[in-house]
Amino acid sequence: MSSNDIPGPDSETALRVKALESLLLEKGLIETSAIDELIDMFENRLGPWNGAKVVARAWTDPDYKDRLLQNGTAAIAEMGFEAVQGEEMVVVENTAEVHNLVVCTLCSCFPWATLGLPPVWYKSAPFRARAARDPRGVLDEFGTQIGADTELRVWDSNAEVRYMVLPERPVRTEGLNAEALAELVTRDSMIGVSKVASPD
Amino acid sequence: MRRRSFLNGVHDMGGMHGFGPIVREADEPVFHEEWEAHTLALARAMLAGLYFNLDEFRHSMERIEPSYYLRSSYYERWLEGTITLLLEKGVISQQEFQARLDELTERRG
Repeated sequence: MSSNDIPGPDSETALRVKALESLLLEKGLIETSAIDELIDMFENRLGPWNGAKVVARAWTDPDYKDRLLQNGTAAIAEMGFEAVQGEEMVVVENTAEVHNLVVCTLCSCFPWATLGLPPVWYKSAPFRARAARDPRGVLDEFGTQIGADTELRVWDSNAEVRYMVLPERPVRTEGLNAEALAELVTRDSMIGVSKVASPD
Repeated sequence: MRRRSFLNGVHDMGGMHGFGPIVREADEPVFHEEWEAHTLALARAMLAGLYFNLDEFRHSMERIEPSYYLRSSYYERWLEGTITLLLEKGVISQQEFQARLDELTERRG
């Protein structure tokens, strides 16, 4: 599924949404302000910049990293990022020996609190199908190299448990503080389809 | 006879073959269309208002007819799941929904 297949503003689908929203408004079951607030939250307040702060702190604060790997939900809440629907967060660490990859084969479960809404490719049939069967092929497609001896673990998310990858800290970042490190961390590295690149 | 979808639905995609390459979009926006944002917000508002719960919501999408499931987009499935549950629970009726849709379709011209 590519974004070219998403119905446009004049589509039947868009009209169905309008019909539903106007009925629910008329019945007093929703308020326009609440709908706008929800949209603003998903567009502007939830996003991978939150997860990047978590990762950067884990790279610079060993005690925090321990707490994060022990109890992801609590350690992420410590940073002010609460689960949107009460799901448990599990953080898995990438090392030279182990590479972790996150998928949701059944739908598109994603750690909203730290990464926001998933990209279309994460929700697409090719990724959902193949991450489970041929994860090394998926990494290849993303241009990500891991050693032949590196163990590859695939985490299938569900409604109750959401996974996030703690990527490896890149080389040549010794002098950087947490804020500068967070700038380097990408959404894809926290899904595990890519690594964090060293600064230029 | 028990419906086969209870055993292995099309949504259970792990390991399936033949979907082709993973298509990525550079600088992808959070929402591609305004209706997507509204679909997400409506579903979240109905969940928050306890008109249905998360398990019912997921199940409503898993019940989507397989050929539509495969050709629809993510938020189209959210929309159809939401409509299905609100109809089943009597929050809205098929008649009033259809009437409102006809009205909007006519206005669009």
